[in-house]
Amino acid sequence: MADHLLEVRNLSVTFHTVRGPVHAVRNVSWHLDRGEVLAILGESGSGKSVSAAAIMDLIDCPPGEITSGACLFEGRDLLKMGVEERRAINGKRIAMIFQDPLSHLNPVYSVGWQIEETLVIHGTPKAKAQTETLALLAKVGIPDPAGSARKYPHQFSGGQRQRLMIAMALALRPDILIADEPTTALDVTVQAQILALLETLQHETGMGLLLITHDLGVVAEVADRVVVMNAGEIVEQGTAADVYANPQHPYTKRLIGAAPGKGAMAPDRTGKVVPLLEVTGLRKSYGAFAALQDASFTLEEGETVAIVGESGSGKSTLAKCLLRLEEPTGGKAIYKGRDLLALSPVELYAMRRDIQMVFQDPTQSLNPRMSVYDLISEAWVIHPDILPKVRWRARVAELLDQVGLTPEHMHRYPHQFSGGQRQRIAIARALALEPRIIVCDEAVSALDVSIQAQVIDLLDGLRKRLGLSYIFIAHDLPVVRDFADRVIVMQGGRIVEQGSVRQIFEAPREAYTRNLLAASLDPDPAVQAARRKARLTESLTA
Amino acid sequence: MRKFLGKRAVASAVSLLLLIVMVFFLSRLTGDPTQLYLPVDASLEAREKFRELHGLNDPLMVQFGRYVVDLAQLDFGDSIRKARPALDVVLEAFKWTLALALITMALVTVAAIVVGSLAAFRVGGLFDRVATFFSLIGASAPDFWIAIVAIVLFSVNLGWLPTSGTGTIWHWILPISVLFIRPFGLILQVVRGAMITALSSAYVKTARAKGVRPRPVIFVHALRNGMLPVITVIGDQAAGMLNGAVVVETIFGFPGVGKLMIDSILQRDFAVVLAAIMVTAIAIFLMNILIDIAYAVLDPRIRY
Repeated sequence: MADHLLEVRNLSVTFHTVRGPVHAVRNVSWHLDRGEVLAILGESGSGKSVSAAAIMDLIDCPPGEITSGACLFEGRDLLKMGVEERRAINGKRIAMIFQDPLSHLNPVYSVGWQIEETLVIHGTPKAKAQTETLALLAKVGIPDPAGSARKYPHQFSGGQRQRLMIAMALALRPDILIADEPTTALDVTVQAQILALLETLQHETGMGLLLITHDLGVVAEVADRVVVMNAGEIVEQGTAADVYANPQHPYTKRLIGAAPGKGAMAPDRTGKVVPLLEVTGLRKSYGAFAALQDASFTLEEGETVAIVGESGSGKSTLAKCLLRLEEPTGGKAIYKGRDLLALSPVELYAMRRDIQMVFQDPTQSLNPRMSVYDLISEAWVIHPDILPKVRWRARVAELLDQVGLTPEHMHRYPHQFSGGQRQRIAIARALALEPRIIVCDEAVSALDVSIQAQVIDLLDGLRKRLGLSYIFIAHDLPVVRDFADRVIVMQGGRIVEQGSVRQIFEAPREAYTRNLLAASLDPDPAVQAARRKARLTESLTA
Repeated sequence: MRKFLGKRAVASAVSLLLLIVMVFFLSRLTGDPTQLYLPVDASLEAREKFRELHGLNDPLMVQFGRYVVDLAQLDFGDSIRKARPALDVVLEAFKWTLALALITMALVTVAAIVVGSLAAFRVGGLFDRVATFFSLIGASAPDFWIAIVAIVLFSVNLGWLPTSGTGTIWHWILPISVLFIRPFGLILQVVRGAMITALSSAYVKTARAKGVRPRPVIFVHALRNGMLPVITVIGDQAAGMLNGAVVVETIFGFPGVGKLMIDSILQRDFAVVLAAIMVTAIAIFLMNILIDIAYAVLDPRIRY
């Protein structure tokens, strides 16, 4: 008889690609019991999602090939079952939710239809499916179930979409729910709500929950046990608390060490204050919608000012207005005695040298048809007075060296680099113009934790060496805590609070800031357990 | 939606007006109408009489005004060849063209969607390779050549089907088949491409994780998403057919608007040419509006 609800034994999966076989996972074994939360923790490319895909029959063969192993569900091997038998299990006994619910919901069908479909294809009569759909929508906290059922995915917010996915997955009360990065694209406060919802539903149904994540904080918040994966292999497993407190494998140690939010905060800046950029009353409206209202702050020389806030808070709009990528509706930004927002196109062109931007996704912001040399030297084509052409090659080599790459990289193309390396190229490109200010718009958000730490170190080193100032836009509070001198908190287009990093993190004045900090997850399971307990007593007394 | 349709109707009316202006002045630019309408050896008196009769001695703007007023009353003038109102002649032929286009495009659409979707389901499989091979041949083969080969094969050698004309259902088979081939090949390629994208999308992954069977995954989840680019091409191809499948109609002696236009141009029956241009233009405007409506019906994110 089966020992576990779900057990993966010695699973190996290979993908046959044009560049040769890729061993996505090798000899992976883990198990999941009823009522338990198992987290598979790993960075991108670690193979953490592959075993789940094998369980759900989502691996396309070819190019994929399951070379060995078994996936035992209640003692029976899923991999040996017929197509029809597996289809009957999918959605009914084992369900799955994904990262990025917008692209995982079908855009052209109403959400009610999509939830009903799960019920109907597994044998629920149509009429009953309709009433159950409404009950499910209410249960996952969607307002106005009857009206919402007729709406389409694009009409919901990110958090609501994930709630819809959960309603769809839980329609038939499955024994196992697989959640693949379910909160990665969501704001921290929404993430907290979704995790709480998953937990409540799990307690109600007693299902086993398999959580695939890269986020130590998520593991700390919800997981009972954790499996750590690296490069297709399991390097460590155990209870979440044990693995965090007492990691055995060097990789796990590195991962935990790289988790942001643990280092020393920057001391409050003292001494002579040299304001480099003074922004007052910056506004931006799109029609009647005020995306940014009355934003005022200063940036000093050599300082990092972080702008934090959830999606729609106006933090990116602020950056775009400063760089005049969007025309602001009003306000002033005084830099070197001139108002950036009132410059003529010709003056603006010259000023662009001084303020550069690094974007979130280097895959999209680097032209794939240009070599690294072309990408970096293009700056000097546009601003020919910076550097004579004979010195371009040497300077590109120097810049690559500065950002931790080697001169040999200059003849390669962006796709030949990893995500972290690409972001280094984007930084080198920004540095080519010898700017005074670099605006980083979620510049490390798309990177793995260990890579994130390296890029932050790089930015920090460049600041000290070159005297740069940063406007660092981020939603990830622990990163901000480690990197920023001052923090601006934004909500709904307004600055709600600004202060030194110590003041914001240790003595936040505004309720919104406190909520944001409370929702942010600590990688330490012990800290999260204490917070949960505090929340519980708070809700009991309330 | 209603506002959008109103806007489109106004835009279409403006385009039609411009078309009228262009057709009128271009036809006047081609030279003295008496040289176009009358035989080369017509006497000077005859020419003068003709000018007088048709008001060609009036200033150009007066002529244009009269022409527009007549058009507003749907009076395109009489066909010289048939001695009947030109509009009647055109509408009669247009009925044939419309029937031919509708039947052919319906068949093409259904066939291309089914075959293209199945080909996309297993990219590189046997079915995909066979379908792609034949669709590429179909999309690139010239239709006059196919038409002649088809006549030689099925009508002359085998004697199964009539060579030309109308009358029985058998007369329709060859024109439809020949017209079918090129749009089928083209649309199949577009369906296949769009469906490969749709089938590799995240929502298809969700559907499979839900336990949806392969057939509804293809034809319910992926197809509706994949249809948007396909509809554009269907509209484009249908427009070509509504203009009159000149070559096919001529070869098969099919009394459609394409053949009528060619005959009228050769016989200098300009009233008919003009009426044919206007009727097909209106048909194409209407079809474009239908396509826009189809977009909105298929994709809830598109709202006008």
